[in-house]
Amino acid sequence: MAHTEWKDAPGLPDFSLLKRLARDQLIFLLEQLPGKKDLFIDADLMSPLDRIANVTILKQHEVDKLYKVELKPIVSSSDQLCFLIRPRIQTVKWISDVTTDEWNFYILPLDDDILSLELPEFFRDNFLEGDQRWVTTAGSALRLLQSVYGSFSKVYGIGRCAKMVYESWRELMEDGEQRTRQPEFAKVFLVDRDVDFVTPLCSQVVYEGLVDDLFRIKCGSVEFGPDVTSSDKSIKVMLNSQDKVFSEIRNEHFSNVFGFLSQKAKNLQTAYDKRRGMDIQQMKAFVADELKGLKQEHRLLSLHIGASESMMKKKTKQDFQELLKTEHSLLEGFEIRECITYIEEHINRQVSMIDSLRLLCLLSITENGLLSKDYRSLKAQYLQSYGIEHLLTFANLRQLGLLEEQQAGETLTVMESKVGKLVNDKTVGKLTDAFSSLAKKSNFRALSKRLALVPKSGEEYDLRVPRDMAYVFSGAYIPLSCKLIEQVLERDGWTGMEEVTRMLNGQEFAVTGGSSSSEARSKTDAQRIVLVMFLGGCTFSEISALRFLGKERGCRFIVVTTAITNSSRLLEALLDNSA
Amino acid sequence: MAFVTANWNPLGESFYRKIELYEMGWNLKDGLRDCLVAAAPYGGPIALLKAHNRRSPSARPQLEIFSSSGLPLASFPWKSGMVKQLGWTVSDDLLCVQEDGTVLVYDLLGGFKRHFSMGNEVSQSQVLETKIFHSPYGTGVAILTGALRFTLATNIDDIKLRRLPEVPGLQGAPSCWAVLTQDRQSKVLVASGPHLFILDNTACTPVTPPGLSPQASSIVHMCVSFSYKYLALLTDSGHVWMGTSNLKEKLSEVDTKIKGSPKQMAWCRRPKSQQPSAVVMWDGLLLVVGECKETIQYHLEDDSILVPELDGVRIISGTHHELLQEVPGACEEIFKIASMAPGALLLEAHKEYEKESQKADEYLREIKEQSLLSEAVRQCVEAAGHEHEPETQKTLLRAASFGKCFLSNFPPEQFVSMCKDLRVLNAVRDYTVGIPLSHTQFKQMTLQVLIDRLVYRKLYLLAIEVCRYLKTPEYQGVSRVLKHWACYKVQQKEESDEVIAKAVSVKLADAAGISYSEIATKAYESGRTELAIKLLEFEPRSGEQVPLLLKMKKSPLALSKAIESGDTDLVYTVVMYLKNELNRGDFFMMLRNQPVALSLYKQFCKHQEQETLKDLFNQDDDHEELGNFYVKASYKEQRLEARIAHLQSAVDEYYKAKNEFSAKTTEDEMRLLRFQRKLEEEKDEQLVGFSLQDTMTTLLSVGLHKHAEQLYKDFRMPDKRFWWLKLKALAEKEDWEELEKFSKSKKSPIGYLPFVEVCIKHHNKCEARKYVAKVSPEQKVKAHLAVGDVEGAAEAAIERRNESEISTVLSRCSATTDHLLVERLNRAKATVPKK
Repeated sequence: MAHTEWKDAPGLPDFSLLKRLARDQLIFLLEQLPGKKDLFIDADLMSPLDRIANVTILKQHEVDKLYKVELKPIVSSSDQLCFLIRPRIQTVKWISDVTTDEWNFYILPLDDDILSLELPEFFRDNFLEGDQRWVTTAGSALRLLQSVYGSFSKVYGIGRCAKMVYESWRELMEDGEQRTRQPEFAKVFLVDRDVDFVTPLCSQVVYEGLVDDLFRIKCGSVEFGPDVTSSDKSIKVMLNSQDKVFSEIRNEHFSNVFGFLSQKAKNLQTAYDKRRGMDIQQMKAFVADELKGLKQEHRLLSLHIGASESMMKKKTKQDFQELLKTEHSLLEGFEIRECITYIEEHINRQVSMIDSLRLLCLLSITENGLLSKDYRSLKAQYLQSYGIEHLLTFANLRQLGLLEEQQAGETLTVMESKVGKLVNDKTVGKLTDAFSSLAKKSNFRALSKRLALVPKSGEEYDLRVPRDMAYVFSGAYIPLSCKLIEQVLERDGWTGMEEVTRMLNGQEFAVTGGSSSSEARSKTDAQRIVLVMFLGGCTFSEISALRFLGKERGCRFIVVTTAITNSSRLLEALLDNSA
Repeated sequence: MAFVTANWNPLGESFYRKIELYEMGWNLKDGLRDCLVAAAPYGGPIALLKAHNRRSPSARPQLEIFSSSGLPLASFPWKSGMVKQLGWTVSDDLLCVQEDGTVLVYDLLGGFKRHFSMGNEVSQSQVLETKIFHSPYGTGVAILTGALRFTLATNIDDIKLRRLPEVPGLQGAPSCWAVLTQDRQSKVLVASGPHLFILDNTACTPVTPPGLSPQASSIVHMCVSFSYKYLALLTDSGHVWMGTSNLKEKLSEVDTKIKGSPKQMAWCRRPKSQQPSAVVMWDGLLLVVGECKETIQYHLEDDSILVPELDGVRIISGTHHELLQEVPGACEEIFKIASMAPGALLLEAHKEYEKESQKADEYLREIKEQSLLSEAVRQCVEAAGHEHEPETQKTLLRAASFGKCFLSNFPPEQFVSMCKDLRVLNAVRDYTVGIPLSHTQFKQMTLQVLIDRLVYRKLYLLAIEVCRYLKTPEYQGVSRVLKHWACYKVQQKEESDEVIAKAVSVKLADAAGISYSEIATKAYESGRTELAIKLLEFEPRSGEQVPLLLKMKKSPLALSKAIESGDTDLVYTVVMYLKNELNRGDFFMMLRNQPVALSLYKQFCKHQEQETLKDLFNQDDDHEELGNFYVKASYKEQRLEARIAHLQSAVDEYYKAKNEFSAKTTEDEMRLLRFQRKLEEEKDEQLVGFSLQDTMTTLLSVGLHKHAEQLYKDFRMPDKRFWWLKLKALAEKEDWEELEKFSKSKKSPIGYLPFVEVCIKHHNKCEARKYVAKVSPEQKVKAHLAVGDVEGAAEAAIERRNESEISTVLSRCSATTDHLLVERLNRAKATVPKK
């Protein structure tokens, strides 16, 4: 599965350029303040800043001390204070009375094919609070990509936010001068997170996703604790394609990883064993050329073996298997009663606050809302377990359509059918749109059927030789978001998918952009690079699925996301249990 | 071509030339005598202010602005305070620094723009001397105050005043000083007698120029080169020291043999200078001092000023305007007498060709034999760029074009762009325009800036012609000029709104990237609101319309435009504006019609004004949200009574919202809180704020079984939950006896497998075995395996004839397991009917 085997895959543009741009601009801003200064940084900007300009660079530009913004009175001996913050009301109020400049940091390249806006709050702000503050930021990010890497021939999208981002981007383009450049991407696909909530709610089983679920990958790096390093200290590791071991297993189902790693360990041993019987010259060459590489590989290998051991320990246990089984049943719509009993027990035993919530949401979305009786009893039990504050959490979940009572939906359907008798078909469609957007009906079951998201049960699925994107969920489910992308690219638009988009509350669009000459160049590499922007976050499982899809279709996907997310992050953003 | 070299003077190995740019068009009675004069670099405008007459302070001097050719641009009587210094900014604005530190800014047509102060300290101790300087950060002002301290602003468009440290031992005004830009900082170099100091933000550092002649007892004048890289010092002994401005290197030192104090001194360099020099001006005398020992002297008839440029020095007197510069290399090669350089030969060849003489061929052949023809063409093109006379330019370009005919593959770009550049330069150098820009300066300044300068002079037509001729992208070129034209047009009082709006829209219709809002703002500023509204309608980007609409008090429109633009900052701006402008009711009403603005405002209130948030919900009768609001408020409270009071409000709201579930749950919570409080008082256990489950766990773990039981009943806790809880709590205390009693109290709603598992978890196999028998048949295999009883598991599995269970048991069999058992299992597996 290594990248090098993708013989006909196009090369990717060099995104390190984006880092350089952000760094240069930061340096420029720092130089505007000559002399020694203390720098205060928003906590969530610390890791991204570290990727862009490390302490040495900051020191070179006369940054004396670094502080985290803590909304407390400042203790500093420096004459000049410089603040690097996101535009948030509290922070700005805390600082007040300064001159401001904008640091145009929009995109942090996390890897060759992952670009992140590093805006985890995008999800809550935009989808829950209705605060569209970050829409322009996302538009500016696209504009930046366009100005650096050339224009796009086609833009597709689905979702309200996607539409707004596209509008904002278009306006920014009209604002600035037009530069015609050889495009480096063919197509752009914008997708709102609320188009597909099912995927991020599922347990991840692909290595990279699982590492994220278990250890939390932060800004492209992860901290492995003592249980992984088998020493008494934690080790921070960068997880990207530079890590040769990781890049070979990141997209694999975790059940294959251990076997792969042990094979790798054997190969490594063989490489070390070459030393035996070498003469001095050969030994010299070996030490000079190979030993360092081998040592490096050795180090990484032992870390990943440690990680996957720890994973196996946790994940092959009975309860995880049962959890997965429940998730799969929910996706299939099979033995729902048993699932509810399982969830109930999960809540009663206080197994995990987030996991229980996750299962509840998954149940609600896949079943188009819970029966009133179940909704109330599960909610009551959850509140008994975790406290009444979660009333607010539930209000949030309902607002987003993640966890609902079925009642509303049913009455609507009744109304629909009544109205349907009175007016013609076209109007019914429109009315249904209106109603379903009111109720935020998920229509998962119908979507799943139409798009064949859930393979027929009973068939054997060989996870070592994946046959479709479902492998990222043990063959039980093809991520809806990725399936949509696949379908739209295949059809070159939304034609023939009217039913699907209707069920997803519409708001889809497809725009041909740029010059017609790009059609003529359709054979170039660029035409086979697709930029996918997730508004509200995307999971590693989705990235793995897209990588698989790219491999199948001979194209490459570049993921631009407001942040990397997973079920915990998604739900934690919606909690309202603390003041 | 002897006449070209007529004005050349040798200096060392190089030549200097003095070219007349203009005969001045002004008519000054006393020349430049007793005037404050400021001439902007890059052939910019000249400002003149007659010195104040101390004896009759009521007399108002005239401030006059001229083009470089002496054509009047503006003139008005000076009514403000005493001016110490005039100067120009990089964008052709005039700065007038007054004695009290106030700086007045005018545009080059004499329109007042703004004023700013250089700070209290300056206004108290008065301005002694001022220097206006340019750096990559813009135009700066440096002031020496009466208190002998320096105050500096590096960029007048973003004023950050900096007071520099004190110079030690400074008694009176320093003999001379200059502003340097080094290490991205502006610094001041001060001479106090024989001592030199560098002042930066933090320190005053004494410095010594390397190799300064010891005869000198003080430095009387200094100047810094255009690029801030070089420094020249003139000492009282008449020596000119030249070196780098970081004072690390000396270039030369020359004795001028003149001891008087000069009027002005300036660097005369050009890029790739062979013989850079300092030009020193005394009354009636101009001396060019290079690195070599010789000097050039010019006699000056009239009071003059020196204007340093990138590639020379301009000399402006009451009647003439001249350029003094080192002859550029290409010109020297071609025109030097008896030069055999390829360019010179090509020029000769072309001359002979025009005369139809066959000598042309001989010259050409000579160049071609050395394969220097392309070099010759290049020299001619380059030299043409450096010549001021169009005739000379033409001669050189023709020669180049002639030479090009004999070359295949010679890239034409250089020739073509030079022809175009020269055409533009000749147009702006024209007497009526008066911008004597050299080709080198033009390239440095860029076309963009040149267009700006034409626009500042209201030469719109010329600017547009230049853009079209050079095919500048519309956005940077024609559109920009048109916008400026329109801004000027809307200020013309004599025409009606309709006429102007029409004229503007017709002219600007096809131009790309026009900002109508800027034009409309201009119209509004000159008091034409109606015209402004008309013009705003042409603006395609809604966001751009907002600030002006607000200014014109069209707030509802501004709000919807702001929302349309999708720019949150803009929406906030309008919302905050409305909040202050309208009364609360109207404000809320307006927000209700704009959901986007409303949700933004709610966000703001959440962080800033909780109470307002409540009012908002109240106004909307949103009881559900009000309920949530009170719940949230309750857990910010420390005191239990306040908490309960909030919750009671929440309950009321939830009932109003017909949300019985939430109301009931909240009531339960209130009950729970009271219960917890009571127990806390009685039993001294930390409980308040725990969830029901956590409360229960705590109670069970400290053995308050009765109370737990009561909670279980009062709160209608599901049996299963209670059983799980109690099971866990007892196991944790390892109270096996109590556990057994509990298991027998009634039929377990969670089955008995959890009993087995919990015992195993606490490493009590013995206890675990007690419950295996009670486990339901479906879970029996698991239970046996949990206690490590493979035989038992095997029996159970075989009995149930369940394939997967048999397999599970098999997988647990090891080498030590009884062979017979394995065989039995395998047999049983084989006989299980396939589904």
